[in-house]
Amino acid sequence: MAGRRGRSAVALFLRYRRRRVSCIGIAVALAQTAIGAPLAMPEFAVENPAPGIYVHYGQQAEMKPDNFGDVANLGFVVGARCVAVIDTGGTFVVGRALRQAIRRVTPVPVCYVINTHVHPDHIFGNAAFADDHPEFVGHARLADAMRWRGPNYLKALRRDLGEAAERSAIVMPTRSVANTAEIDLGGRVLSLRSWPTAHTDTDLTVFDQESKTLWLGDLLFVGHVPVLDGNLRGFLAALEELKTVQAGFAVPGHGRALAWPEALAPEQRYLGRLLADVVAAIKARRTLAETLTSVQGEGGQWLLFDQFHRRNVTAAFAELEWDD
Amino acid sequence: MDFRFIVALVALVFAAGGTARAQETGPADSAVWKKVHASVFGSAELEAADAVIVLDTPKRAEDAAIVPLAIRARFPQAKDRYIERIWLIIDNNPSPIAAVFNFTLESGRADIETRVRIEEYTYVRAVALTNDGKLYIAANYVKASGGCSAPAGKDAIAARANLGKMRLRVSDGVESGRPAIAQLMISHPNDSGLAMDQVTRSYATPHFVRSVEVRYGGKLVMNADVDFSISENPNFRFYFVPNGEGELQAKVVDNEELEFTARMKLDSARLGLASTPR
Repeated sequence: MAGRRGRSAVALFLRYRRRRVSCIGIAVALAQTAIGAPLAMPEFAVENPAPGIYVHYGQQAEMKPDNFGDVANLGFVVGARCVAVIDTGGTFVVGRALRQAIRRVTPVPVCYVINTHVHPDHIFGNAAFADDHPEFVGHARLADAMRWRGPNYLKALRRDLGEAAERSAIVMPTRSVANTAEIDLGGRVLSLRSWPTAHTDTDLTVFDQESKTLWLGDLLFVGHVPVLDGNLRGFLAALEELKTVQAGFAVPGHGRALAWPEALAPEQRYLGRLLADVVAAIKARRTLAETLTSVQGEGGQWLLFDQFHRRNVTAAFAELEWDD
Repeated sequence: MDFRFIVALVALVFAAGGTARAQETGPADSAVWKKVHASVFGSAELEAADAVIVLDTPKRAEDAAIVPLAIRARFPQAKDRYIERIWLIIDNNPSPIAAVFNFTLESGRADIETRVRIEEYTYVRAVALTNDGKLYIAANYVKASGGCSAPAGKDAIAARANLGKMRLRVSDGVESGRPAIAQLMISHPNDSGLAMDQVTRSYATPHFVRSVEVRYGGKLVMNADVDFSISENPNFRFYFVPNGEGELQAKVVDNEELEFTARMKLDSARLGLASTPR
């Protein structure tokens, strides 16, 4: 590993890219061949950009019955003694497909299921790992956030996904991270870090020291417009600090993994502009309704812009009007 | 209308059941609205509000917990014709009467802007009572859901720390005797108590602002009975007429009888008045 540490982030990134195509695993649908069989994902691809690092890229879409809520990036890290899962998907069905993908790769037990934050597309697969009896790990505020948001999230999931939501459940963390923590997988150590309110008030990042892979959850959006459900100034502050992490490769919560910190630039630009535009609107004494019309953002450059941009403006306005 | 009446109405609406939405076709058909109409307005006729008020809402709300909404009067408050009261009604919210605003001649204009929570796709209505005793209604359909039962806040700990902080703002270029825009911001979770705890299956304790009163130079400008249909950190924009130097005062009381106040002095300089000649 010593040799790899000396390489530039870009060289590492290129190296990962070459490797990823050869490592795709596909699960065949059972549901489509046997009527009455449990629902299953038609296919569930996992890429292997570095030894022991596996990433499943969710669709860049809203959660719908035909995608089973498979819209967030998920993955796992394999050590000599333990597997750590990082996010579990938007439904039990997705979580189970992820678990099957792990079993195809390694017999090593799943000791940890890490949630990068409270949003439904990242946590509802937790229940699929119950039989592994892992530690469920999250931000110190994750338990409270799950308690108060959980019932609503579940109601919305059942409403929007129907039977694709079956067996999905809120599974609370059993271990909380207040600042930082290390998880030893056997010859491989993951560094966990909890952040002050940014994308949400439950953001947690995971860094694999060996491969220099940084899992950012929804602190990083690539392609998909960034979403603000926390604190805009906190989000931008977290990004400034994350930039200094000596990572080679960044796995976003949505969109393709890219070299670090180059991956960050578009998101930082979008959020910086959102901040500047909303602050200017408030200074000009515009109302929220007027600001929603006037702050156009960067439509056309982002996926799902129409679904989230105006919501981001609303959240930013409600936060920033208390500033001056 | 006092607070107990609103509570009674909540109970009434719960009893009516939440199935109204499926059968609705037009604004007049909502079962909730029929009950609210009967209990608040009796058999009174409500005319279309086109010439009296405009209700401005988004068709689809980005965030159901913060839906911006404005009610604008079509004429200024004048002795011979003015708006006394406006009811804001959100049919499919757990407590459909979101707010009752009272205005005076000192209001200058009976305009109000605020932000509301919306629990299900619903008609939102504004009913205006003019000084001649007539009632006028405007209704818009708004697509938004989950706003009331969502837990308050994107940062619950910060919200608790700031409880009761208030801001009063007056627009620049205020002139004595002319209606000016003021904004009242209240840092308050305005908790509906409708978010359920996943672990204990119990509900949060409701904690919300129930009344707001604004005076200028001691005279009433606007008061309102409100509830948790108003968004977290309640926010109101309204007009008042600064007749000479004075102090704008806001008093807010919540359902735990906590009282919060804010004041803002408007002196001659701010009002563009000559400083002393008398």
